[in-house]
Amino acid sequence: MSLNIRTYHELTEADRSGLADQIGAQRRRVADRLASVRRVVAVLSGKGGVGKSFVTAGLARALARSGRSTGVLDADFNGPTAPQLLHLPVTSCTLQADVIEPLVSAEGVRCFSMAFLLEDGRPLAFRGPETEGHVWRETLEAATLREFLADVAWGALDELLVDLPPGVQRFQELTELLPARPAVLAVTIPTPESRDAVRRALRAANDGKATLLGVVENMVGGPFVGNAADELAAEFGIPVLARVPFHPGEDVWENVVSKLQ
Amino acid sequence: MKFLCVECDRQMQFEERQLPGDGTLAAAFRCPTCGRVVALLTNPMETQLVASLGVKIGGTTIDSQPLETVRGMVTTGRDDAFEDGKGETGKGKGPLPAWSREAQERLARVPGFVRGMVKRIYLDYAKDRGIAEITPAVMDTARSELGLEGM
Repeated sequence: MSLNIRTYHELTEADRSGLADQIGAQRRRVADRLASVRRVVAVLSGKGGVGKSFVTAGLARALARSGRSTGVLDADFNGPTAPQLLHLPVTSCTLQADVIEPLVSAEGVRCFSMAFLLEDGRPLAFRGPETEGHVWRETLEAATLREFLADVAWGALDELLVDLPPGVQRFQELTELLPARPAVLAVTIPTPESRDAVRRALRAANDGKATLLGVVENMVGGPFVGNAADELAAEFGIPVLARVPFHPGEDVWENVVSKLQ
Repeated sequence: MKFLCVECDRQMQFEERQLPGDGTLAAAFRCPTCGRVVALLTNPMETQLVASLGVKIGGTTIDSQPLETVRGMVTTGRDDAFEDGKGETGKGKGPLPAWSREAQERLARVPGFVRGMVKRIYLDYAKDRGIAEITPAVMDTARSELGLEGM
């Protein structure tokens, strides 16, 4: 004899766990926090070591100097460097009623980074079962990104730059969390190898219907040879925003600012 | 997630949540008609996945704390990573609950990275319920009711 079992929706009393509602509330909290942010810009490359964080910091400082209120969310949780590049000390974060205050650089850039939270020299480690950590670790990093977006008092910003780690996974998580598609600024070095990796990332951004702002070619004029920025620009129909030498002056970043409306 | 008492054809109601050990999360549900209680037991991996999503089986009655998942799950955080802003401790109005000596001692054993958040959670819980003094028993009840997995 089979049991008479009704469906979830036929049981009309509330589901007290309400897991879907809890997820929905998390998303609304992100949307509410970012309602006063004019634009979220994902700085990505798909390739490690091309200088995303360096470009993010140079651009953020120039944006702030130009009068645009600017924030930097350091989404590279395993290799956070934004505070150093913005000349911010690692100090305690102030906890208010329901938010964490970001740290603010001398130029006025508001920044939050895992570097503020971790012990010196220790890797990011999570509590959890010792085996099969790959199953839950990425989920926790996505939750970390959500909390950095939702729980930091970003305030009214013209630009929130999100410094992404290499690859496209964190970008995809960001896109899923945001109430609207982010704008994308790609960073490459001149080489064909970098071009190919950045192409994949830009393709992912394009597939996600993100607005592509342009490409910055970093480490120009040194040992890295190629035309990555020009080739990516032609392929995706986007501008080359800057060619950044190894020791750029402030004018390089100010030129980028003038092109970012 | 809903539980059906098949014999009575009634939806069972959430009763309580426990962390009985070895990473198990237990959520108990009772049939309002026959009184039968069943417990959902998650294995450590399932408990971890629930915690990683920042959700709580059985729901919660107090607001989430800022960076709650980060502060609850990161094990390599600095002890002095957070400091309280002035005049902002616990939600709502009214006097803050007192802490018994035993509760203070227990709180002092919580790692510094997460201590401030744990303190706020207990304060919010006690204020919500009009509890004047936080004792270890109150802390135990709060842990069970609020699903503070591992805190």
